[in-house]
Order: sequence, then C-alpha cells, then structure tokens
Amino acid sequence: MIPSSSQILMPVRMSTIIGSFALALFLNFLPWRDLRLVPDFVALVLAFWCVRQPRLVGLGVAWMLGLLSDAGNGVLLGQHALAYSLLAFLSVWLSRRILWFGPMLQSLHIALILLVTQAAVLLVRLAAGDAFPGWPIFIGPLAGAILWPVVTWLLLLPQRRPEREQAI
Amino acid sequence: MDHTPPPFFKRGPAPLVRLFFFASLSLALLVVDARFRYVDGLRSWLALAAYPLQRAATWPIDLAMSVSGYFSTQATLIQENAQLREQALANAQDAQRYHALQAEASELRRMIGAAEKLPVQAMPAEVLYLGRDPYSHKLFIDRGTVQGVRAGSPVADDTGVIGQVTRVHPLLSEVTLLTNPDQAIPVQVVRNGLRAVAFGGGASGTLELRYMPANAEIQDGDRLVTSGIDGTYPAGLAVATVMRVERDAEHSFARVVCKPAAGIERGRYVLVLTNEAARAPRPDETQAKERRGEKTRRARKDKAAEKASDDSQ
Repeated sequence: MIPSSSQILMPVRMSTIIGSFALALFLNFLPWRDLRLVPDFVALVLAFWCVRQPRLVGLGVAWMLGLLSDAGNGVLLGQHALAYSLLAFLSVWLSRRILWFGPMLQSLHIALILLVTQAAVLLVRLAAGDAFPGWPIFIGPLAGAILWPVVTWLLLLPQRRPEREQAI
Repeated sequence: MDHTPPPFFKRGPAPLVRLFFFASLSLALLVVDARFRYVDGLRSWLALAAYPLQRAATWPIDLAMSVSGYFSTQATLIQENAQLREQALANAQDAQRYHALQAEASELRRMIGAAEKLPVQAMPAEVLYLGRDPYSHKLFIDRGTVQGVRAGSPVADDTGVIGQVTRVHPLLSEVTLLTNPDQAIPVQVVRNGLRAVAFGGGASGTLELRYMPANAEIQDGDRLVTSGIDGTYPAGLAVATVMRVERDAEHSFARVVCKPAAGIERGRYVLVLTNEAARAPRPDETQAKERRGEKTRRARKDKAAEKASDDSQ
C-alpha cells in the first residue's frame, strides 16, 4: 500500500492555510439550527494542517484560534484554547502514523482526536458549573470525522499538480 | 567537545513541553476569566478581530431571505397585507387607549407625588448569530459601545423580553437569554399582582419560578410580566405564560414551569431598551464602610454607657 503522504505535492502556500482557517471560522459562525449536530470546522481544519504541516501549524496557532473562537462565542476565555492545544498536540504527535492509512482509517483517528477535544471542552464547562448537556454533544465530532476525506480532498486541491505534469 | 545537533534538526521545544505550556496558559486564563473578569479588554480586542467573519456569516441568510422574498407570490402578499391592515387597526385602538391611560396614570402619580416614570428608549438591533456553545444560551447583536449600548440593558422583541446585555464590545454585544440557568428576572402575575422571580430552565427552553410557596395563588395560563422592582427591566413587559404548576406535598415549594412569551431563540430583530436614568445610583463602598464603622462605634459607646450606669448603681 502506498501511503497517502507519498503523493508528490507542491509546497503549501501560506495564503491557503490562512484562507482555510478564515473559511472554517466563517462556517462556525453561521447560524446553525442545532449546534450539537454540526461539526466544529475550525477543529477539523486545524487537525488537517497539524497532520499535514506539523512544522508550520502547531500549538501556537491552535491556541490563538481557540482564543478567537472563545471571544467570538462569548464563552469562558481559554476553554477552546485548551481544547485546540490538546487537539494540535495529538495531531502533531500522530501525524506520521495517520498519513500511513487510507482515508477511512484516517477518519477513525480523527474521530478519536475530535472526541477528546470535545471532552476537554465538556470538562471545562462542567468544572465551571454547567449542567451536562446530553450525549448528542458527541455527534458533532463524529460528523466531523465523516467529513475528513472531503476536507482532505478539498484542502489538498491547491497543492495538487496538473495530471500531465505528474505523468512526466 | 560540544556535540550539538546541526541546526536543521532544531524544532524548538518538544511538543509535550509546548502542550504543557499552552495548557497551563489556557487554565490560567480560564481561572482569571471565571473568577476575576480581568481579561475583558483582551476579549474585546479578540471579538473585534472576529467581527468581520461574524458579520460575513449573516449574509447567506440575508441572501436566502431576499431570494425567497423575490419569489413570493402576489397572493401571499395580498393576504399578508390584509392581515397587517387588520393588525394595524387593532393596534391603533390599543394605542389610543394607551395614550389615554398613560395620561390618566401620570395624573394620578402626580397627585400622589410619585416620581414620574421615565420613558424607556429603544434601539433596534439585528441578531448576528446565536452562541456556538449549546450551554451558554447567548446571542450576539450588531450594536455595541460605539452605538451606545450599555451592559445591563434589557433586550426585548415585539412580543416580550428575551434577555439582558451582559457584555459590550465595540461593534457588537452579547445578550444572555432568559433561558440561561444563571439568568433571573423579577416578574409579576398579571391576574393578581403576585410577585416572583423567574429563572432560566436551561436546555428545555422554559422558565421556572423558584421559591413559590406550595399554596401560592398561581394557575396554568397565568401571564407573567416584569414587575420593575429591580430597576433594570421596565415594568409591564411580557415575560412568560405559566405552562404547568406542580404542587407536591413532599416539597414546600411549588414547581412552576413557564413558556417564554418572546421568540427567544427565533427572532431576527430585537430592541435594546435603556432606562439608565431610572436606576438608582450604586451605594458608595467607602461610605457604606464608614457607616458600618459608625454603627459599631455607637454600639460600643452605648455598651460602655450602660456599664457605667450599672457601676454607678
């Protein structure tokens, strides 16, 4: 089996990374009907870049994005920062392992990472004195994991070379 | 000899060390934010940075609405027009009665020398989005300090109170909804004037009257309005309707569940009400302390005097 990391890609551009994060934040701020069933797009994109470009995107970026999410959603400052740092750490740590698998098995790894992230947020909220919101809260991360192959395909588009060039 | 690795292996501190650093930074922020609220300035700046994206996130909805408006048929428009005309007629009647009654009420109030109630000013605002966090029961509106919104102002829509402004950023502010479990609002039963405090019911989207005695005179269908005794919410705004009252001999309090009157998590336009002038000024802390000190001193003096009189006898 050829690992998916062995495809020859063009080097990533900074504008792609920044644009994808902006788009993810935009998707998170959309007025969704039931937020519990919607995946956290920022977490998903962050996991993608941490797995693909662990040298460019790491814990520092994750922490800043977390703060931005916290302020934008008006929750305790630091709860998403903590969760996203944890997510970035797990993704960077597992990045070489994850890239050896096919899209489906990658999704399983991502599901685990996103669930841990959600659990971190949940723990902070419970510690701050909120009631348990019910198990549907864990549907979002699973939906995110299902979206992983799509996200991978989309975010790698700018880095793919035209077919003809690859043949040469 | 020094065996340092070549510089291209340098990647900064190990990931685990970084995780430890950022996790402790986050935890410190959490504690500071939850306990002391020292970081509101930082929060305002971050909110300002996120504002363009938040603003942009509303346009898909606007687009969908304008598209559906474009395709709405003439029949629905005619029907809506007729409905609105009927409503306007009913409103006009109410408005006339309102003016007459207000004149009468102010006359009466002047007669008994009570303070003239200040008119409440309302500022229309658009709901940007609901908070992403399903626990927080908050929404964000597109008016901030720049437009003169102040923290603590009540927020209502066309049918009743929806919540209170809890944080103000330069261009937007955060409204805590009545359904938030930490939010309380003083209410009054319209039918008999019974006063109570309504708390948010959390995820169920209802309100709850706590500490109502089991024999309190309240029944299903009672309408609740703001009582105005807290000086924050103007009196007489619709808040909720009682859905059910559970009286259980085991508990000394009745369980009263109410349905909010306003479309708390539905509406798109809201009104920010300001009646700052009506609010009494906060007592000065130093003054209060001094007064307390005076009291204890006086008490001591009294005791000393008593003792002296006892001794002399």
